[in-house]
Amino acid sequence: MHQTPTPRPHRDDAEDNFIRSAGAQLLLFAAVAVIGVALLMFVLAGLVGSNAESVSAVDVERNMITISLADEPPQLDSGMGADSISGMVLGHVMEGLITRDAQANLSPGVAERWEINATDATFYLRKNARWSEGEPVTAHDFVFAWRKAADPAQASEYAFLMYYLRHGEAVAAGQLPMESLGVTALDDHTLYVELSRPTAFFDKLVAFQTFYPIREDFYHRTQGRYGADAEDLLYNGRFKITRWIHGASLMMRKNEYYWNADDVRLDAINVGYITRDGHSRFNFFKDNKIAYAMLQSEQLTSAMENRFHIRRYQDGALFFLEFNHRDDRPTRSWHLRRAMQLVTDSVELVNKVVKLPGYLPGRSLFPVYLRGVNRPFREEFPAPDPELDLELALSHIEQAKIELGVDELPPLTLLIGDSPLAKNQAEYFQSVYQQLGLTIKIDAQIFKQRLDKMKRADFDVVMAGWGPDYDDALTFGDLFASWNLNNHGRWQNAEYDSMVAIAQNSIEPDERMAAFATMQRLIYEEAVILPHYERGTSYVTHPQLKGMVRRAVGADPDLRYAYIERETE
Amino acid sequence: MWRYTFKRLIQGLVTVWFIASATFAAMHLVPGDPLASDKAVSPEIRANLEKRYGLNEPVWRQYTIYMGNLARGDFGISFTQKNRLVNDIIREHFPVSATLGLLAVIFAALGGILWGALTALYRNQLPDFIIMFLVILGISVPSFVVAALGQLGLVSLNNLAGVNLLPVGGWGTIAHMLVPSMVLGLSTMAYLTRLMRSSMLEIVNSDFVRTAKAKGLPPPRIFTQHQLRNAVLPVITVLGPAIAAITTGGFVVELVFAIPGLGRYFVEAVQQLDYTVIMGTTVFYGAFLVFMVIAVDIVYGFVDPRVRLE
Amino acid sequence: MPQSTPAPEMFEPLQVSERKQSTARPSLSYWQDAWRRLKDNRRALLSLYLVMGLVLFTLFGPFLWSVDPSAQDLDQVSQPPWADRHAVVVEPYRLWEGETNTSSEGSLRLAMAANTQSVRLVWPTMPKATGGYRIYRNLFPIGPQRAYGLPLGEQRQPLKTYFEDRLDLKATRYFYTVVALNQSGLETNEVRTLEVQVINAITIADALKRGLAPDEAPPQVGDTLTLALHPLGTDYLGRDMLARLMHGARVSLFIGIFAPLLYVLLGVIYGAAAGFIGGRIDAVMMRFADFVVALPFLLFMILFKIMFGIGPGESGILPMLIAMVMLSWPATSRLVRGQILQIREESYINASRLLGSSTGYLIWRHMIPNTMGVILVTITFAVPSAIFTEAFLSFIGMGVAPPTPSWGSMCNEGIKTMLTTPHELIFPALFISLTVLAFNLLGDGLRDALDARMRNTD
Repeated sequence: MHQTPTPRPHRDDAEDNFIRSAGAQLLLFAAVAVIGVALLMFVLAGLVGSNAESVSAVDVERNMITISLADEPPQLDSGMGADSISGMVLGHVMEGLITRDAQANLSPGVAERWEINATDATFYLRKNARWSEGEPVTAHDFVFAWRKAADPAQASEYAFLMYYLRHGEAVAAGQLPMESLGVTALDDHTLYVELSRPTAFFDKLVAFQTFYPIREDFYHRTQGRYGADAEDLLYNGRFKITRWIHGASLMMRKNEYYWNADDVRLDAINVGYITRDGHSRFNFFKDNKIAYAMLQSEQLTSAMENRFHIRRYQDGALFFLEFNHRDDRPTRSWHLRRAMQLVTDSVELVNKVVKLPGYLPGRSLFPVYLRGVNRPFREEFPAPDPELDLELALSHIEQAKIELGVDELPPLTLLIGDSPLAKNQAEYFQSVYQQLGLTIKIDAQIFKQRLDKMKRADFDVVMAGWGPDYDDALTFGDLFASWNLNNHGRWQNAEYDSMVAIAQNSIEPDERMAAFATMQRLIYEEAVILPHYERGTSYVTHPQLKGMVRRAVGADPDLRYAYIERETE
Repeated sequence: MWRYTFKRLIQGLVTVWFIASATFAAMHLVPGDPLASDKAVSPEIRANLEKRYGLNEPVWRQYTIYMGNLARGDFGISFTQKNRLVNDIIREHFPVSATLGLLAVIFAALGGILWGALTALYRNQLPDFIIMFLVILGISVPSFVVAALGQLGLVSLNNLAGVNLLPVGGWGTIAHMLVPSMVLGLSTMAYLTRLMRSSMLEIVNSDFVRTAKAKGLPPPRIFTQHQLRNAVLPVITVLGPAIAAITTGGFVVELVFAIPGLGRYFVEAVQQLDYTVIMGTTVFYGAFLVFMVIAVDIVYGFVDPRVRLE
Repeated sequence: MPQSTPAPEMFEPLQVSERKQSTARPSLSYWQDAWRRLKDNRRALLSLYLVMGLVLFTLFGPFLWSVDPSAQDLDQVSQPPWADRHAVVVEPYRLWEGETNTSSEGSLRLAMAANTQSVRLVWPTMPKATGGYRIYRNLFPIGPQRAYGLPLGEQRQPLKTYFEDRLDLKATRYFYTVVALNQSGLETNEVRTLEVQVINAITIADALKRGLAPDEAPPQVGDTLTLALHPLGTDYLGRDMLARLMHGARVSLFIGIFAPLLYVLLGVIYGAAAGFIGGRIDAVMMRFADFVVALPFLLFMILFKIMFGIGPGESGILPMLIAMVMLSWPATSRLVRGQILQIREESYINASRLLGSSTGYLIWRHMIPNTMGVILVTITFAVPSAIFTEAFLSFIGMGVAPPTPSWGSMCNEGIKTMLTTPHELIFPALFISLTVLAFNLLGDGLRDALDARMRNTD
């Protein structure tokens, strides 16, 4: 007889018992684990150290506000590179000869008064300006700092600003010793500057961080670590850094030695969080941990829902499509560029793709906040009206093919960075230029590789941006001079170059502004670039935070004049 | 035992040396200029920059200089954070990542063992289904979503309660450590649950358990001494690499919760082509991983008597 | 006790019977048994159908729903599937010169019907507006807190009392506010508000281009049309989600399935060999595995992409696959090696070896089936991990180049607008979860089916 194997019973009492007791064991194990972990965390917290005080965005008792930064300042040596983060911090803890007031006008800083003319400038320093150790700020501090910025051994990216001083270029190239730089201290409180050529905007230039003072003896005392930590810096601004925990937080307290300390209404600015993630920062704001936050387009609805007061400002940067004008590139053909210009609708780009309030559709190389002779430049010299004409564009495409001697236009490589907004825009343009029969290949590179490719001219078109170094139209105008290394597309035009020369060497406002107007026209007619937009930022602030100034040029955000409004009602 | 350990340590050093060399080679093969910046600089300044960072020497010479410094424990100066020693960067930020990672691993391991054992025990019943559903959620939701949701949840929680129950970001107290480490350990916990479950199920049917039951051993003892101990073995094997993976995978969590850890430097250094930080973090991380693996192997030798360490 | 010697009569010879032992059922090989058990497992079967369904969706979907995944429809950006698809035909956009108004009578009003093409506002002059006006737009009523909403722009001249809004207009209700600014540009408390309902608008040219009306009978201004159907909605550039999901499946499933299969296979072979051979060779092999794990992933990904000569704008899918495989196998190999080390000492291995089996036979017939459980769990976890790695790489430009979609990169995009337009995240995430679920259940079923120890247990 054959046997059918009996199916194993699913469970029996013994197994039941087994499961129950095993379950009890597990529960016990879980309880022990939880207690153990809690103890461990307690120990760890003690070891790692508690540097987080209980903070809220606006602390009325301590007269302190808490903010967040997007990144750790790479370094705080004012003579070296200038990114916006270190610019913001330095703008609060140091002060130059001239500074800006709450209305963005130039106002006396360390210098009480000054005289600037075509060949030289004299600054008269106030006697009561002091460093955070108590020592007075002298003209020698400026001389040391400026020489250091020009010193080739320092390899500062902003040494070119010293070219405006006599012998500046030669000193930076190592051909002359540092002492020949055109700046001397006539006495402790008088600074005498010789200019290399007439510079109409020298006063605005001097407000920039590269021209801040540095004390020579302190610098040597830090033995190469100047700017690395809070104790490796000396401060002459409204605030001083009392604690800097890298990557985590930064505490700025009122500098009691500042010459106008009574005007400083906040006791402390606490940079409590450093993170690149905009969503996190918005969460911190909603949680009442920081006093202001930038808004990205996805956060706008939430901001409206929460009844936050939303503001916006032009942050100064212009973004555009730059062509490669070299001889081996299809984009050297003016017809091709003109065709692309005729279908690029920056209004649609801003309204449908970027979707952020505050972005202005790009129409010119010169943004709207630049001043002309008496009024904004773009009011006195309006930008050319944008034309959109698909038929005309297609006919230019045909002409381009003839000019380049091809039957079909080759695909164009569009170089972009790795930010999400860049990707969106690139995809949008892919579709736009497809109407012309153009194939666009998107080459998305991370930061250093994109820069590298731009320098090596390994692109047909690139989505680029430029921010102002100083508050004068020349900072944008000279971008496309044939000698400028930042002119990545290597566009060359003799008329344009001569306009730049006028703008650089003349001190007559009418003459200069007319030159800029010609540049603006040439950029449009030659389709050198296609302006996309002038970036604006939307942000929200704590209702009790008042007096915060946003700037297109200079330290931004500027909290030097900020104060906390007591809650009324 | 000691001889084995010593041998492994020597091998570990050799491995670390290989890692350093391979990374150095890869770094220099990848195109891109570590000194590039938005503003073009004049050739003289460029030459000075190169000299300062030692990039003017031929590559093989840079290699020998770097290895020499490495042997002395000097990782050099960061390219992006001028005036900051890489040693300092690692020293200040690694403990944070390590703490976060350690807690995450502990949560993951304990949770994984716990849930895995439960599902095996209550196989095909309700607890099994619930836990497995959560496990699938845990692995099919990417880490940045979990982190973002976690933070959002905290904000809502604080708003509902009207008072600050838990901090939404930052670092320093137990409260700061809690949610980020749970978020970080979540997907590993899901993985370990599955592993544990699979391992337990195999063992439940194995001979030695049947023998133990037949012998009449009390069920709790069978469970802990036989089942659990054997099922934990694969979990331990994976734990070594898991620890190291978590310590750098913490990048997303560190970003969202504004935690000053090393993960951020690790990723951004590659994007910025900051040679010294890339080398420093890779070598450090590599050494950490290698020695973690050695430690796990030794522990494994203790736990499993069948494995003889040669 | 009876004493008797057994007598020969007590013994009878046994009959020889022809009856053979009958078999209860045919003898099954390991794999046949496994297949039978798999079929019996209902959940595993379900997941198998699910996987086949996904494959069909990938291969044949685009033929059934032949919408171009890269066609942008900027009038229907980020629309959920249930959005209102009615649109009114309007004239093409013409630049508006504005209306100047010198009277201070009247209220904030529309200069023409408000549609998604533009909203044109005019208002009376306000006495306090010495510095001009600022125009706000809110999605919610302003309320007593005076939450005006988004600042759209400014009008600096007190006499220019008009403004045109074209920013991301949707067919919804907006609350506009015009605030008077004083000499210094600061806001006063003099405001005018207006509630506006915006309707969808489309031009004749666009309607014809999108095939919403035949060329022979073009629509007239004022007609109402129905916009194209998007069953799963549209993304942030107005592209059809369903089409993108179908095309994205190709990339995601290709990478998500083949990469884990390959690197687990590689890891199994490597780990089994190391564990089995043992000794010095094992040590060297494992040190090499440690070395590979410690290499910085991102750096080597970039390197591989360059080595394979992938140009800009091309999707380096094959190099990405190879790079992922080459950098991910060590974890599996360690796991397998650990198992092999355990199993190697089992008695049946010794027995088999005594019986004269070769090394290959041992590995193939005995060791691998016994490590199946662990291997399968690893594969089922490797699949989502591979999909997300691909998403991360695409996000930073190392993966698929736009406009090629992939599920992971769609998730990336969807997360940003998670709170406002959740459908952009939910659908790709759902597909990823389904895939993951299917592979998990399948893996479970396979493990149960392939587990040698469970053979003959039912």
